[in-house]
Amino acid sequence: MVSKKDKVVELENAVVRFAGDSGDGMQLTGSLFSDSTAFAGNDFATFPDYPAEIRAPQGTVAGVSGFQIHFGSSDIHTSGDLADVLVAMNPASLKANMKWITHNAIIIVDTDAFTEKNLIKAGYETNPLKDGTLSGHSVIEAPITTLTREAVKNLNIDNKSAQKSKNMFALGMVFYMFNRDYKKTFEFFEQKFKTNPIVIRANKQVLTAGYNYADTIEVFTRTYKIIPAPLTKGLYRNVTGNLATSWGLLAAAERSGRKLFLGSYPITPASEILQELSKHKQFNAIAFQAEDEIAGIVSSIGSSFAGAMAVTSTSGPGLSLKSEAIGLAVMTELPLVIVNVQRGGPSTGLPTKSEQSDLMQALYGRNGEAPVIVLAAQSSADCFYSAYEAAKLAMEHMTPVILLTDGSLANGSEVFKIPNVADLPPIKPPIVKANDPDYKPYKRDPEKLSRPWALPGTKGLRHRIGGLEKEDVTGNVSQDPLNHQRMSEIREEKVERVANFIPDLEVLGEQEGDVLVVGWGGTYGVMLTAIEEMRKEGQKISLAHFKHIKPLPKNTGEVLKRFKKILVCEINLGQFVNHLRMMFPGIVFDQYNKIQGLPFMVSELKEKFNEYLND
Amino acid sequence: MADSIDTKKLQLTKEDFESDQMVKWCPGCGDHAILRSVENVFPELGIPPENFVVVSGIGCSSRFPYYMNTYGMHGIHGRAAALATGIKLANPKLSVWMITGDGDSMAIGGNHFIHIARRNPDVNILLFNNKIYGLTKGQYSPTTPKGQKTKSSPQGTFERPFNPGTLAIGARATFFARVVDTNPKMMTEVFLEAARFHGTSIVEVLQNCVIFNNKIHSLITSRETKDENQIFLRAGEPMIFGKNMDKGLMMDEKGLRVVTLGENGITEKDLLVHNPFEEDTGIHTMLCEMMPPDYPAALGVIRSVKTETLEDAVWNTIEYEKQNSPLKSVDDLLRTGNTWEVEDDPRKNGKKRR
Repeated sequence: MVSKKDKVVELENAVVRFAGDSGDGMQLTGSLFSDSTAFAGNDFATFPDYPAEIRAPQGTVAGVSGFQIHFGSSDIHTSGDLADVLVAMNPASLKANMKWITHNAIIIVDTDAFTEKNLIKAGYETNPLKDGTLSGHSVIEAPITTLTREAVKNLNIDNKSAQKSKNMFALGMVFYMFNRDYKKTFEFFEQKFKTNPIVIRANKQVLTAGYNYADTIEVFTRTYKIIPAPLTKGLYRNVTGNLATSWGLLAAAERSGRKLFLGSYPITPASEILQELSKHKQFNAIAFQAEDEIAGIVSSIGSSFAGAMAVTSTSGPGLSLKSEAIGLAVMTELPLVIVNVQRGGPSTGLPTKSEQSDLMQALYGRNGEAPVIVLAAQSSADCFYSAYEAAKLAMEHMTPVILLTDGSLANGSEVFKIPNVADLPPIKPPIVKANDPDYKPYKRDPEKLSRPWALPGTKGLRHRIGGLEKEDVTGNVSQDPLNHQRMSEIREEKVERVANFIPDLEVLGEQEGDVLVVGWGGTYGVMLTAIEEMRKEGQKISLAHFKHIKPLPKNTGEVLKRFKKILVCEINLGQFVNHLRMMFPGIVFDQYNKIQGLPFMVSELKEKFNEYLND
Repeated sequence: MADSIDTKKLQLTKEDFESDQMVKWCPGCGDHAILRSVENVFPELGIPPENFVVVSGIGCSSRFPYYMNTYGMHGIHGRAAALATGIKLANPKLSVWMITGDGDSMAIGGNHFIHIARRNPDVNILLFNNKIYGLTKGQYSPTTPKGQKTKSSPQGTFERPFNPGTLAIGARATFFARVVDTNPKMMTEVFLEAARFHGTSIVEVLQNCVIFNNKIHSLITSRETKDENQIFLRAGEPMIFGKNMDKGLMMDEKGLRVVTLGENGITEKDLLVHNPFEEDTGIHTMLCEMMPPDYPAALGVIRSVKTETLEDAVWNTIEYEKQNSPLKSVDDLLRTGNTWEVEDDPRKNGKKRR
């Protein structure tokens, strides 16, 4: 017999995917595994993959819920291309995930679920465990349901309740496989089921049973260990993009001394922002669930006029409905953050899938000349900083800002180094003092061109604003032709001048040369990983990845001109590349696009980049 | 928070609220009289001028904010209710007035209208009902009587109109009143009551569009016919009307009935006594529905039922949470839940997380 210690293999990183029926608790299993990963000191990123339906028919491929985690001893920027380990709680989850695993993956299956009935529901004609479908993979067949029932026999709970914790049996097995400590998970059970001691005991017993089962029967020829990642000193946590966005907004409100007002209407995949902000009234944060998308943004504009830090959150179809109101915020020059968590479109499209196809809408999707600042968050954790920056720019420059995130960032999670709010850049909105003799509603800051923010309730500053064109300086209604030209130009110039207040574009790799790949927003992690890997392999290839879309960083044109070939990669049909073509007509851009509701994979990017290098 | 209006009397006059902008409504438009009444009401409320905010949507009526020397915002079509709600929630100390029309609030803004009524923020809504689209030059509106010929209904409209009062009360409005633009005294009295009501107060102003729908309310408003076709309701008083004050309203099994005092032995004691504070919506709804020629149109405060306002509910919760939440700052929040400390790693190239 080989002792456990002797067969530990050290890995640099691994990808594990938990999959089961929607009701099997796979999201919880995944998040508990993430917590233990954090405890083990690894860097990681996760992504949930669940159906658009709340309870799709049980046992079918449509009803499969998955959770993927990529963890490692070095920097992790993506939730991983393909899984090295798949936990499949039923035939449907095996079928749904075969294309998402490596060619020699370890597959843990609950054999109890591979009944004829379930095989038919999953669309299998023959049993994949027996017909050679899984050849090349290491398949670990365990009667998880039966063993789970056995494990809690002493507790006298009915079969149905007992089986509910079978996900913990699977988790126990994976814990064994990666030499994990389950102390943290036990603490979680004690917290979560405080009022139900039987459930605490059941979960603990089942998890331990799974762990011991894996140990005893020696199903794993080896186990794995991943040493802690070299994170800088500090306090860390795990955040999803939507959580990070919400917290970035709260931090900005606190730092600026403004109340936070969110007007929003529930929409996938943005609703968590509404839900999260509704929890934090102690920070003077009002989350107003409006009757529709339009009331969501318009109530926010009202709150902005009244002096709050105003936010509205939505996804694609909602952004369409808000277009007219964004124009009102442009005309009234009030600060407003519009968070658009992009999803697959057009129309209702792919509500639970991710895409980057709202860029043109964010830039131009309004009547009239209606410029706004457009930012795109680059990772789940970066949503915190992007939301903070969006709020800062909105208030200091007195303009609406559209912050683009996407479904992948919103639901995906990654490790986040917790900052001190006091260390974030200060936010100083141009609020006018009472009875300011020089106050004029549209008298501008000479540097930023922002107008002053005069709050109702302040003596001596009474004024009227609205959607009709404004006379320069006074803000009175004006139909004057030259005034309209001047005001249109000022509004554009005001947004362009924001370029003086944002960082330059950085290039990873050679600062000039043959090939530059370009991306924006949520593709950062995967593009960075692809480029880093290729550079390690000795390829000369550089990356420029954009967070600031309008205005572009000041050095953009100069950076682009330093490369012979430029490949712009996006999850759409080429919106940013066309924007760049318009902005820099002298430069030739190539493009690489994917529009499947799925993020790029590192492997496909590398393949494409290699092809492009040799082109 | 219970009383968001500062009742301290200030020495203000009408002139304090007149703006320097030229009023551009058509000569003879009912809006002029409404504007004058509002200018008369604001100084009476004991609210400092900087605490008024007048908001509107789009339409002739919605130019109103430009003509008041207060804080004001001219919004987009139909959405004034959402603007007003956001302003009131963000700063409950403000006295928020929303000016809207029958197109703005009954058609494009219908959704927001019913939801502001349901939520009950302390917003004063003046709904100018001229039963036509004026600014776009004469198309029918959701309150245009069925069959009326307009620019967009050359054969007469095919649609049944809304009654703003029953729509509001159906949407759980707490305060509904109706006035005519021909009676400044009545407007002033009712606007004052609306302003002092703590909750959403909706006042329908039967307003005349002199260009596109002239005399649409003339049965109710003209000198010759008004006495027989309008009844002004006051809390606690019997429902009496008519030139000689000899007509009244009774309730029988068929609903409201117009009776003549002295006929069939009917005396004042037999008449309904107006109770705007009644929670039940039955009689208030019937009163809203009364229209000439069968009934007099009900004017005055028809419904006035107090309940908690939206902003009180929200801000009371905020105050409670500030007292009781363990989280005192966003720094506390960022450190909730599962966190872990990383010590300096001996390997140099540590990940540079921002």
